[in-house]
Amino acid sequence: MSLKEKLVSSFFAFEDYIDADSHIHEMRNSAIKSFGEKGFPTKKEEAWKYTSLNSILKEDYCVFPKKENTVEFKDVKKYFLHEIDTYKIVFIDGIYNSFLSETTHDKVDVCLMSSALSKPKYKAVIENYFNKIAKEDSLTSLNTAFAKEGAYIFIPKHREVEKPIEIINFATGNEAALFLQPRNLIVVEENAHVQIIERHQSLTTNPVFTNVVTEIFAEKNASVDYYKIQNDNHSASLIDNTFISQNWGSNASVHTFSFGGKLTRNNLNFYQKGERINSTLKGVTIIEDKQLVDHYTLVNHIEPNCESHQDYKGIFDGNSTGVFNGRIIVEKEAQKTDAFQQNNNILIDNNASINSKPQLEIFADDVKCSHGCTIGQLDEDALFYLQTRGIRKKEAQALLMYAFASNVLDSVKIPELKSRITKLIANKIGVKLGFNL
Amino acid sequence: MLHIKDLHAGVENEDILKGINLEVKAGEIHAIMGPNGSGKSTLASVIAGKEEFEVTQGSITFENEDIAELAPEERAHKGIFLSFQYPIEIPGVSVTNFIKTAINESRKAKGQEDMPAGEMLKMIREKAELLEMDRKFLSRSLNEGFSGGEKKRNEIFQLAMLEPKLAILDETDSGLDIDALRIVANGVNKLRNENNAVVVITHYQRLLDHIVPDFVHVLMDGKIVKSGTKELAHELEEKGYDWIKEEINAV
Repeated sequence: MSLKEKLVSSFFAFEDYIDADSHIHEMRNSAIKSFGEKGFPTKKEEAWKYTSLNSILKEDYCVFPKKENTVEFKDVKKYFLHEIDTYKIVFIDGIYNSFLSETTHDKVDVCLMSSALSKPKYKAVIENYFNKIAKEDSLTSLNTAFAKEGAYIFIPKHREVEKPIEIINFATGNEAALFLQPRNLIVVEENAHVQIIERHQSLTTNPVFTNVVTEIFAEKNASVDYYKIQNDNHSASLIDNTFISQNWGSNASVHTFSFGGKLTRNNLNFYQKGERINSTLKGVTIIEDKQLVDHYTLVNHIEPNCESHQDYKGIFDGNSTGVFNGRIIVEKEAQKTDAFQQNNNILIDNNASINSKPQLEIFADDVKCSHGCTIGQLDEDALFYLQTRGIRKKEAQALLMYAFASNVLDSVKIPELKSRITKLIANKIGVKLGFNL
Repeated sequence: MLHIKDLHAGVENEDILKGINLEVKAGEIHAIMGPNGSGKSTLASVIAGKEEFEVTQGSITFENEDIAELAPEERAHKGIFLSFQYPIEIPGVSVTNFIKTAINESRKAKGQEDMPAGEMLKMIREKAELLEMDRKFLSRSLNEGFSGGEKKRNEIFQLAMLEPKLAILDETDSGLDIDALRIVANGVNKLRNENNAVVVITHYQRLLDHIVPDFVHVLMDGKIVKSGTKELAHELEEKGYDWIKEEINAV
């Protein structure tokens, strides 16, 4: 039985088990129908031209893990931003782990999607926001059909969450192969502010396939900074579907750091539904071996006087593959849009490849849109410069790669996270220099 | 110290240097002048070991050792320093961190321990003062957004920190205003002693008013066509290069 058949045929059992009377029952029903019709995307579709899911779909995944597994904090401490105090929403094999988590209901809600979907007090928010901007593509539909657990974050008006929130999904390997579908909802009301760090981490070499959907709503003048750390081991694959709806004057940024994983696809969608909105999309990808990282971004400029800023850097070694497809739509009403997109890549190995495609669809006539893409090797003159200062070639190469990637970090607002990512980058490219970068 | 004999070098079968002979002894300052495209910067790059250039004939020895096959960093470890005409920008790496790395890499190559942090800091302060650089400058990303003058001053700061035996200054005066020129020249002069040597590559005589050469060489079409003392530089400033061409043609 294929994974698709397995999922479709188990849907009714799942619904019965969860709650067939749930008010999102209809939504789930039509979502499974939609997935059933479309199936998993294939390379025949333009949006998946460079990324094939075949190699990850062939595993015999456990699709509804029910067993509560545990891990010791000391074994996973390094995956937390433990240097500072944070809220934590932790899942182990898809199931909430209260021991590792630190949630809150004190003025803000940092808790679970399962509560939000079942408890009456969240009903209004769920009705207003749940599945309201998620697309109806097959993978998002699949997630919606089985939506049951994940992070639920609600920040009411004028509230600034004083510490970052970490959402961490661990996989233990207690199942031979595991399929996970976390579903996150983040609502940030007027003038509120939140910082979120998301991470998927497998603790096993058993295959893990995660299809996550995150919906984020930034209301008027709200500010959301979202950081995705993708440094999973090479047997784990991730499809990240993130949808961000922004209202008047809001600021939203998503930084995606992709260093690990077997196959990673980031479908990142911004919808600007008001004026004076600022959207920032940044990414650093450093991969090797047979890894693949595919960034598929969309910024939809709907209203006038908004900005978007995209900056993606990639370093590809070994047989790795990178994909960047950056789509910007400037609608007819969206005059005075300022949209910027940059994608720079370095290929270290002759066998590595990058497919980069800007896709600008501009229907307004008074806009400033620019995009640029480079694919190249390290600058020979720069290497020579460093070597003449006594720095060995290998170190010099690493230093240049570090320099290439590092400016994306300028906009990371949590100093401890910035230093953590800096170290990850230095580690990844093998900078063994005598100072702390 | 540096002994260049019948050096031919270039790119893809085309020689840019066509038989250079040059000897630089400890304690000396040499100036290499010449019109655009004569091979001045190529000579500097070849001495420093740029891989792009292939040595097709002749030899380069440094302290009696053939260095023609050595990597740039190995030459640096032996005490050769090249100040770039166009220093490269390295975002994300501060001047301080960069120089620490460079110094410790050289020490490592010589089998020495890293320089103790306190000693390093003291040295950085002293040398920064010598070049009239303020603290803020040291924490900025290397050459990123630096003015022409700041870049050159930073080159000489690195020279001061690395204390090479042979310093090659490639067009260090270009892009400098008179104050920056004075600071840079002053820095170079203070670092001079009987054990090190300087090769100044320049278009113009004005830097040589500040860094006074013992010898002046004229490079034309890949060859040193005339050598003399500092008076030659004055003559070139006054008369240009044409009279030398005529002189060669007459011979």
